Amino acid sequence: MFPILEARSLAPDVVYFRIEAPRIARKRRAGQFVILRVKDGGERIPLTIADSDPDEGWIALIVQGVGKTTKMLNALTAGDTIADVAGPLGEPSHIENFGTAVSIGGGVGAAIAYPTAVALKDAGNEVISILGGRTRELVILENEMREICDEVLTTTDDGSYGIHGRVTDPLAEMIRSGRKIDFVLAIGPIPMMKAVAETTRPHGIRTVVSLNPIMVDGTGMCGGCRVTIGDETKFACVDGPEFDAHLVDFDTLSARNRAYLDFEHHRLEQYEHRHGAGEGLFPDPEKRDAETHDPETHDPEGCHLARRIRALKDEAERTEPQNATSTPGTSASRPEE
Amino acid sequence: MASESGPKKLTPKERMKIPRQSMPAEDPNTRRHDFHEVNLGFTTALAVKEAQRCIECKKPGCIQGCPVHVHIREFVALVAEERFEEAAQIIKQDNSLPAICGRVCPQEEQCEHLCVLGKKGDPVAIGHLERFVADWERNGGGLMTVQRPEPTGKRVAVVGSGPAGLSCATDLVKQGHVVTVFEALHELGGVLVYGIPEFRLPKEIVHAEIRQLEKLGVEFQTNVVIGQTVTIDELFGEEGFDAVFLGVGAGLPRFLNVPGENLVGVYSSNEFLTRVNLMKAYCQDSDTPVIDLEGRNVAVFGAGNTAMDAVRTALRLGAKTARIIYRRSADEMPARKEEIHHAKEEGVEFVLLHRPLEFVGDAERRLRHVRLQQMELGPPDDSGRRRPVPIEGNETTLDIDLAVVAIGNEANPMIQKSSPEIEHTKWGTIQADDETCRTSRRGVFAGGDIVTGGATVILAMGAGRRAAASIDEYLRTGAWEAEPDVEAANADSNADANAGVKAAE
Ligand SMILES: Cc1cc2nc3c(=O)[nH]c(=O)nc-3n(C[C@H](O)[C@H](O)[C@H](O)COP(=O)(O)OP(=O)(O)OC[C@H]3O[C@@H](n4cnc5c(N)ncnc54)[C@H](O)[C@@H]3O)c2cc1C
Ligand code: FES
Repeated sequence: MFPILEARSLAPDVVYFRIEAPRIARKRRAGQFVILRVKDGGERIPLTIADSDPDEGWIALIVQGVGKTTKMLNALTAGDTIADVAGPLGEPSHIENFGTAVSIGGGVGAAIAYPTAVALKDAGNEVISILGGRTRELVILENEMREICDEVLTTTDDGSYGIHGRVTDPLAEMIRSGRKIDFVLAIGPIPMMKAVAETTRPHGIRTVVSLNPIMVDGTGMCGGCRVTIGDETKFACVDGPEFDAHLVDFDTLSARNRAYLDFEHHRLEQYEHRHGAGEGLFPDPEKRDAETHDPETHDPEGCHLARRIRALKDEAERTEPQNATSTPGTSASRPEE
Repeated sequence: MASESGPKKLTPKERMKIPRQSMPAEDPNTRRHDFHEVNLGFTTALAVKEAQRCIECKKPGCIQGCPVHVHIREFVALVAEERFEEAAQIIKQDNSLPAICGRVCPQEEQCEHLCVLGKKGDPVAIGHLERFVADWERNGGGLMTVQRPEPTGKRVAVVGSGPAGLSCATDLVKQGHVVTVFEALHELGGVLVYGIPEFRLPKEIVHAEIRQLEKLGVEFQTNVVIGQTVTIDELFGEEGFDAVFLGVGAGLPRFLNVPGENLVGVYSSNEFLTRVNLMKAYCQDSDTPVIDLEGRNVAVFGAGNTAMDAVRTALRLGAKTARIIYRRSADEMPARKEEIHHAKEEGVEFVLLHRPLEFVGDAERRLRHVRLQQMELGPPDDSGRRRPVPIEGNETTLDIDLAVVAIGNEANPMIQKSSPEIEHTKWGTIQADDETCRTSRRGVFAGGDIVTGGATVILAMGAGRRAAASIDEYLRTGAWEAEPDVEAANADSNADANAGVKAAE
């Protein structure tokens, strides 16, 4: 059993968790993930570790409630426990001084791309962050990003905030204006990552994406997470989750991630039905959101992640930049496409 | 407890007249729709009658045929005398998981293969008797006394909770060592829980074995992936262990490497069986999905036990057709004879001498059909079996909704990646001495599928027990021979790796 130390809403149905897991906290490096089961009988889902503290023995996860399991998880609060958490899994991210790096995060991917920006910055890069969301309240952690990045751009699909458009619009604009970009990391829904790959491909800009296929064991045993990279098949759970964006077959990945859509909808409906009827095992997430989340100013001031990132930044200023401590990741669960 | 006298002794002639008792089984037409165990087990009367068939040879071949040399003649004689508790004790001397082995061992290639009765008629049903005795004991017939031995103060980490790890832990804890089993998954049992289906090996049997071990004092830690969560260095360091046993199995699925293999609707057998068995996708309330098979066409590639398990699972999930597609002929199918027989009874179709060329999908990248190449048998290959060769021009197409690739497993490279100092063979298996199970790293032992390649429960269990004896010796003496006999180990693991391949394909 893994106790939840903190659960805090970052945006509607996006929850930041701090979970006690000392062994994982000690081992975890940027880009790795855990597989968890909320409770007995539940499914195993991969979630990127957004942050960790080896001394205090916790890891942080940022979870977007898209299906039954993530919604069930998001209904948990501090003091509750999670049945199983295994990790850290996957290969850590490759961080180096590329020169100018653009970190692109779509939806909840933005929140998880956030610590990567710190790592890239600590490694000496000039870091430009592009944060995108469907609508204003889904653009998260912007303030924190501003503190550590050289430049932050925001986009919304509906034009309610920042640039009216997609994350690829400012990226394409930068490229067009002749700005030198050496590295792009994109984390978010598959169509977004694909669009970023297509934007950078003609210019030969090194681009990495963090893939989020459906997983079962997360140890290389089942092959369910296999992805097509160039003409090779790779297991994302052990060979990834980060891959060269220009080699990824996004269409196959997208199709594979949709394999159980009907089942997932059905389970979600069942869950919400029961939940609405008040039979749920878990506290009402809406009530909890109302308490901790104000959509107008959803600045997660008290959020541990923010504090930690700030502390990291202070530390980075005080010490040599090379001992980068931080983090990237895939988007929590499978964000809707 | 049976009376001391037991049933009257029969003469060899009388014994030879008794026909082999057949195992009561669920009706094929009902069982193909549910996950209940197919074999129902011998009744006491059937078991005694079957045991009476044994003519108690002076030089029993059966014992030679058993990889762990269970004292078969002795235990069968005790069954014939209805002395079941003693029979259980005899079996347990050599086999710590008899309820499991009685169900899944390939007896027809081992003990029963060498039974002298088999020369003219049917061999004694040794497997069924083993199962009977183990079930009798588990169901409360016997009183398993738990005696805590004198503690040695030594701590052993057992990595992996499959048959190799469980049997190693059993012996070590009985020798007084403190044993912790680390398992990557959330549930204990290895292939016994994630691979072999409920209808062949009820999970309750595995759980009972594990509860028994807990009673003996073994500590189990799930969700610990050695190499990722904790390294082997840390097991010896901050975690404070004196020895490590690696029984991590051969968990890396082999694929066919044909076009279209990443379409939606192509599973490895590990994924399909894990979804259904471990994650209980066959239960209404499981949150883990499996592709809906109601009224669909399923093809399973391969003809080993795994393939039979997958194809029979597909039937139980409502498949309209469930086919085995195998590139060799019926004679070469490596599965247990009983599984093939049960599969046929349940309506599985066998498409022999065919090999897949390509999986073809629709615009949504969902599997629609498979192109097959017809084969014929040519001259024998390295494995001694006749090599299948394509008959040029003979191709067919089969409409299928689900393909399960069940052509075996290779060694999972996780340990190799995180502990490169432990020598591995070129097949990725861990190099370990066959007798002592020592690896190239001091204090680290290995056994089971990770050393042999995909093999059998009994071989993994035997290796776990040999490792336990060797670990015990190492912990008592502190002696570690300079080098394990690398050449011998090499030759052995070659032979075994080939055996593993044979078992899989
Ligand atoms: C579907 C199927 C059917 C089979 N049917 C039969 C049969 O009828 N008869 C028969 O004799 N054999 C059968 N076999 C083969 C038999 O199951 C195996 O040979 C046997 O289970 C091997 O035992 P093991 O202990 O070496 O490994 P496993 O049973 O594979 O157990 C290894 C365990 O280690 C864990 N692990 C792996 N890596 C790590 C790590 N890094 N850290 C922590 N834990 C780890 C795994 O999760 C697993 O639980 C079958 C196999 C399959 C897949
Ligand atoms: S999730 Fe099973 S192999 Fe990657």
